[in-house]
Amino acid sequence: MGGVLPLIGKRLLLGLVTLLVVSIIIFGAVELLPGDIAQQILGQSATEETVAALREELGLNRPAYVRYFEWLGSAVQGDFGTSLANQRSVAEQLGPRFANTLFLAGLAALISVPLAIGLGVLAALYRNSVFDRVANAVSLVSISSPEFFLGYILIVFFAVQNQIFPAISNVTPDMEMGERLYRTLLPAITMALVVTAYMMRMTRAAIINLLASPYIEMARLKGVPNSKVITRHALPNALAPIINVVALNLAYLITGVVLVEVVFVYPGVGQLLVDSVTKRDFPVVQACCLIFAATFILFNLIADVGAILSNPRLRHPK
Amino acid sequence: MSDQEKKSVLLEIKDLKIEGYSDEKWIEIVHGIDLTLHRGEVMGLIGESGAGKSTIGLAAMGFTRDGCRISNGTVLFDGMDLTTATRAERRALRGSRIAYVAQSAAASFNPAHKLIDQHTESALLHKVNTKSESEEDAIELYRRLRLPNPEEIGFRYPHQVSGGQLQRAMTAMAMSCRPDLIIFDEPTTALDVTTQIEVLAAVRDIVDQFNTAALYITHDLAVVAQMADRIKVLLKGDEVEEAETRKMLADPEEDYTKSLWAVRSFKREQKPPPAANETPLISVKNVSAAYGPVKVLDGVSFDIYRGQTVAVVGESGSGKSTTARCITGLLPPSEGEILYDGSPMPPRYQDRSKDQLRQAQMIYQMADTALNPKKTIGEIIGRPLQFYGGLRGADLKKRVDQLLDQIELEPSLYYHRLPSELSGGQKQRVGIARSLAAEPSFIICDEVTSALDQLVAEGILRLLDRLQKELNLAYMFITHDLATVRSIADVVVVMKEGKVVEMGPKDEMFKPPHHEYTDLLLSSVPEMDPDWLTNLLESRGVDNIGEAAHQKKA
Repeated sequence: MGGVLPLIGKRLLLGLVTLLVVSIIIFGAVELLPGDIAQQILGQSATEETVAALREELGLNRPAYVRYFEWLGSAVQGDFGTSLANQRSVAEQLGPRFANTLFLAGLAALISVPLAIGLGVLAALYRNSVFDRVANAVSLVSISSPEFFLGYILIVFFAVQNQIFPAISNVTPDMEMGERLYRTLLPAITMALVVTAYMMRMTRAAIINLLASPYIEMARLKGVPNSKVITRHALPNALAPIINVVALNLAYLITGVVLVEVVFVYPGVGQLLVDSVTKRDFPVVQACCLIFAATFILFNLIADVGAILSNPRLRHPK
Repeated sequence: MSDQEKKSVLLEIKDLKIEGYSDEKWIEIVHGIDLTLHRGEVMGLIGESGAGKSTIGLAAMGFTRDGCRISNGTVLFDGMDLTTATRAERRALRGSRIAYVAQSAAASFNPAHKLIDQHTESALLHKVNTKSESEEDAIELYRRLRLPNPEEIGFRYPHQVSGGQLQRAMTAMAMSCRPDLIIFDEPTTALDVTTQIEVLAAVRDIVDQFNTAALYITHDLAVVAQMADRIKVLLKGDEVEEAETRKMLADPEEDYTKSLWAVRSFKREQKPPPAANETPLISVKNVSAAYGPVKVLDGVSFDIYRGQTVAVVGESGSGKSTTARCITGLLPPSEGEILYDGSPMPPRYQDRSKDQLRQAQMIYQMADTALNPKKTIGEIIGRPLQFYGGLRGADLKKRVDQLLDQIELEPSLYYHRLPSELSGGQKQRVGIARSLAAEPSFIICDEVTSALDQLVAEGILRLLDRLQKELNLAYMFITHDLATVRSIADVVVVMKEGKVVEMGPKDEMFKPPHHEYTDLLLSSVPEMDPDWLTNLLESRGVDNIGEAAHQKKA
């Protein structure tokens, strides 16, 4: 494994640098917005003097880079400042919401990843059959439909016309697991539908890509049946692209929940982000963006490491 | 087994026709082949690319590649017609009674699994052996095939094992169920000569030991002469003739076969050595180079004079192509320098002037990938004319036509064609014209004939020779094929592991005494004599062939 660890270390370091750059961009973007926090807090009726006094009090007169490092320093320790809207700590507000989002995304992943890889393998196995064509057509439809639209359709069928699931997924911290799952299922399915299609098509393509390889022909000439050719000979070599698309889609599940959470009124980070933007609650917006960025970078990192580990040449150096 | 059974017919192919699908219609590519193979017999199938050798070999297993189908005839294997057998019946035969050894073992072993797991797969699948039994058997076969560390080598992944060893491991894998028939599809084509011997000896040995019948497919006549009892010559899907090996070599009946035999006759006179005071055109001085931390060239020096051909020979990984990259400036050397006409050239091609760049041109091994598939032949040859010569319009067209004439392609027919519409040999000619367009004084030919059939390669060599005479060109000829060296070189440089081992005029290099490594290389080139391999093995001793000898001397 000697060759792998330095590679992974390098990726980790790169991830941290990326995160740092992203934090600068987020902070800079908020700086560029017209008006500052002092004006926001005091509202339009405030006089010049009171605004200036508040600026002095909040330290807004200091240069941007000083404030950036202050913000970054406390963010690293888990302190994202206080919300302008309700004076509560941002971290306190964000914590349970982030847990909810992770729960929703986790459930969606649990449904979509096995489903996508299974369907992808089957589609590759029976390529150009009726099954393959139907699976491809359905996946194309679900890729092309925006998730909020899919969400509303699911609500119409499963919550309004048939009333199997609730239309609003209002989970609370003291809710029991079963009830929680039940209420989260509809948004989770919505998200799963969107990402399954990508992952399935990628799995299928990655496997089919390999079917022309000499070692696949060799396996067939050894009398290996078709199903084993796909699962034993093609799939292990197709892992790198599959891991990549899975990890990217998992990242998307967490960061892309905004719309679905709003549709189902699910109390996650997405909801909070949308609320905070409308209220111009900068500290919360900054924290949400940073968390989303960190998630994205983390999953990319996982994809890279996964791809490295799935390569026998790197796993077993000469 | 009685003698009668030993000699009974194992495989009988009758009037086999195979069609391939292209341009939305089925075209016949094999036109009615008959073939009879007895138990324990080795038949060599030879012919140029497109002769249908591999297609017939695969059909003997009841297998056709995607886009091919058997349209007529029967393939009787031990009484069962594989063309009408069910999928399950055919699958039951494959791997267990008929096995396949592919051209490139490196590509045909699955990179994700250990060798021994792939070895035992057939035996487990066909329920011949248990896992532990077949692992033991694998180790035994590895030992018989004289693989180093037979106990341990199977537990490695394919990329951890060298090409020659992989090819032997693949032969071992084919033996795992003790098949009645093995199809060898060019098993040594991708190997260096020293490794080739090892594989040839191993294959012959194991086929003898188990009385296995074999179809041995190759385009190399000298190789097939060592391996086969009988030889069948194929041309474009038709049989030309079939005979016992010795008879076929001594007395071929058909003209086509005679022309194949005669290919190696091209030989041009060695030029006199340059005058003592002549400045070399290109001078490689003490060049060392590395890819990252890996050092690949170590103090390489040699000179190339105007109008001369320097052949650089050596096995893969010896640094031949890297030397070329240093000369062209693609890879700046870490030490040493390249002199052109006595004055040093900047190490990086980016720092060289247009005129310096123009002087050294390259022709590549794979004409397929070296020509832009979206450009017409006229555009491909015209590009260096525009870049170096600044030619436009009618002047440009005229010069391209001249160049096409020089490479013996009719301008009106080829100017507007795309590379994909040309044959391999024609593509290589276009590659030559493109390098000539720059009006260089020096051309590097990197394995330019090794992807071509022998007759076509011969044509390319004659063309290069004619151009050299007309234009007083200097060639650096990178090759691992010593027959090519013998026909065209003036000076031979032998490289091994990034160093020049020996160099000198060709006449001296092909006469003993030599550096040991040169000797090993030279004596490893197969000859048409069917007893060559047997004699060589005797003279070297079984444990001192190919790679083993190589390592011992290293």
